[in-house]
Amino acid sequence: MKLTEEMLKALPDARGHFGAYGGRFVSETLFDSLMTLEREYKRLKDDPEFQAEFDRDLAHYVGRPSPLYFAERLSRETGGAQIWLKREDLNHTGAHKVNNTIGQALLASFLGKKRVIAETGAGQHGVATATVCARLGLECHVFMGAEDVKRQSLNVYRMKLLGAEVHSVQSGTRTLKDAMNDAMRDWVANVDDTFYIIGTVAGPHPYPLLVRDFQSVIGRETREQSLAQAGKLPDALVACVGGGSNAIGMFYPFLTDESVEMYGVEAGGLGIETGKHAAPLSAGRPGVLHGNRTYLMEDENGQIAGTHSVSAGLDYPGVGPEHSWLKDIGRAHYVSVTDDEALDGFRKLTRVEGIMPALETAHAVAYAIKLAATMDKDQVVVINVSGRGDKDIHTIAQLDGIEV
Amino acid sequence: MSRIEGVLKALKGQGRKALIPYITAGDPHPDLTVDLMHTLVSAGADIIELGVPFSDPMADGPVIQQACERALVHGTSLRQVLGMVKTFREKDNATPVVLMGYLNPMEAMGQEKFADAAVEAGVDGILTVDLPPEEADEVAPLFTARNLDAIFLLAPTTTDDRIRAISEHSSGYVYYVSFKGVTGAGKIDVDEVASKVSHIHELTALPVGVGFGIRDAETAAAVGRVSDGVIVGSVLVDTIARNQADPDQLKRALSDLLHPMREALDSLAS
Repeated sequence: MKLTEEMLKALPDARGHFGAYGGRFVSETLFDSLMTLEREYKRLKDDPEFQAEFDRDLAHYVGRPSPLYFAERLSRETGGAQIWLKREDLNHTGAHKVNNTIGQALLASFLGKKRVIAETGAGQHGVATATVCARLGLECHVFMGAEDVKRQSLNVYRMKLLGAEVHSVQSGTRTLKDAMNDAMRDWVANVDDTFYIIGTVAGPHPYPLLVRDFQSVIGRETREQSLAQAGKLPDALVACVGGGSNAIGMFYPFLTDESVEMYGVEAGGLGIETGKHAAPLSAGRPGVLHGNRTYLMEDENGQIAGTHSVSAGLDYPGVGPEHSWLKDIGRAHYVSVTDDEALDGFRKLTRVEGIMPALETAHAVAYAIKLAATMDKDQVVVINVSGRGDKDIHTIAQLDGIEV
Repeated sequence: MSRIEGVLKALKGQGRKALIPYITAGDPHPDLTVDLMHTLVSAGADIIELGVPFSDPMADGPVIQQACERALVHGTSLRQVLGMVKTFREKDNATPVVLMGYLNPMEAMGQEKFADAAVEAGVDGILTVDLPPEEADEVAPLFTARNLDAIFLLAPTTTDDRIRAISEHSSGYVYYVSFKGVTGAGKIDVDEVASKVSHIHELTALPVGVGFGIRDAETAAAVGRVSDGVIVGSVLVDTIARNQADPDQLKRALSDLLHPMREALDSLAS
């Protein structure tokens, strides 16, 4: 299907649907808040004051635009297309997550909400939320699965230093999905004074829309930078997909450019065939979770399945509804790489370019290297380096059998 | 007339209020659920809300979350829950049963298949927590065509326009969630509930059941005075958790909890 600007403008529709996906599957208590948020966002989106403040914060607080860097040595060693890196890891707080938290915290202030809640997996979104709350003087509560609290202790401490209260979630599988459940539960109870900053392009409408809008700065910059620096549009974009916010931010401004191929890389864990992975687009089916219809990992009875990934940020059984739609219409390709391949990608980028990517990002790196090797020298592959790897050093050291 | 409508009409004729207990199917064990349903009826239940366990019960507090986990340990599936209702119907053809749960297990079975199986099992109504009427346009006609009541939630945050719209999509009764929060949390404010329910009564002719925060006979009576029925969940599920090791004691404990509520509600009868 050839996408046009008009088609994109019409999505999501009034009920928050991207084709068969998305929507607003929440308990009644939250409905009015979602309607208010949608209405206010529509108004503020075109408000020059709001936009100016958002742009100013992205420039002077986040440090945008982030560079588009030609990874010359990696390209040479790979022996195929030119590999370029969109350096979201250089943003303040070390990941793309802050683009969205800046935007949503601004919304919270405009709506007069004093209390902010967020869910987090790897802790990057939690840190980015705690950061903007510190700056705006908002009370901040971050929900994080007990498993993730354990494997991302550095980020937990960062959040605490920033003044956030971190709630360790003990229910279910004790990972990102359960953190999101508890954040929703908190929101229902405190809906009057609380703004829920969702970190990914999932959740009930209008969240997939507003997170995508705030993250689209990644793709817009990449487009300009690629034309200026490489002299052409990229031939392929590669981004990791958990919920899918960095991927949609990169893909969205290129959707109508037919020549640009897009690859979303899911967490293949121990291998798709083992069932121990976090790749709903590669191996799941449509269902309803966390307020939206989308591809999910579930058992034959509709219970949400446990996921596995070496990277906490990809360890999620669902995915943003817009990705589900892009998959079905064939506009983007969704693939997966295993834990081991991702770890190889991490080591490769670290040793060859001196850039240590987050384990989430390492999935995109691993796939992009495979892809670039099959392409020509005059072709351009852009990897969205969604985050930096400092937070994962403990995990890597542990795998290497080293105490740090 | 549906079984639910019939029961609620008869109660209204007698000036009585409906007592609607909730338990999670499969908790503490799938083999016990049908027995517990009969126990609830003997103790005075007019309608039973039977929870379909789900791995991610977003609208529930810890008590019902843990009930879901206990049920899922034994692999309680939607198909099995329907089997339980079918068995229940062998001995009780009068008490309406409402399945209460989340959308995904129903979608996984296939909505049409589910609607057929629900009717066949003797289910009377479906309450899907995460399915607002806006998203129900495909499912609702399947239920209506089979005379299954679609029961939707109203909340303290529901606007008047939505109360009207939701009521139009509902049959049997509407379920008013008494406070902002998850099941088993928070404290019910009876005065606030009274004024909201009387307002809802102005906007719809459907009976209004009130749930969330009803833990004893006193609150049941206070809420019963201003509504058409009370829904009691977490306190029963908590009782199940505390007595799960001894089925006989469990049944006694459930009866002991429900009986005084029945009496308190019936003492309101004019």
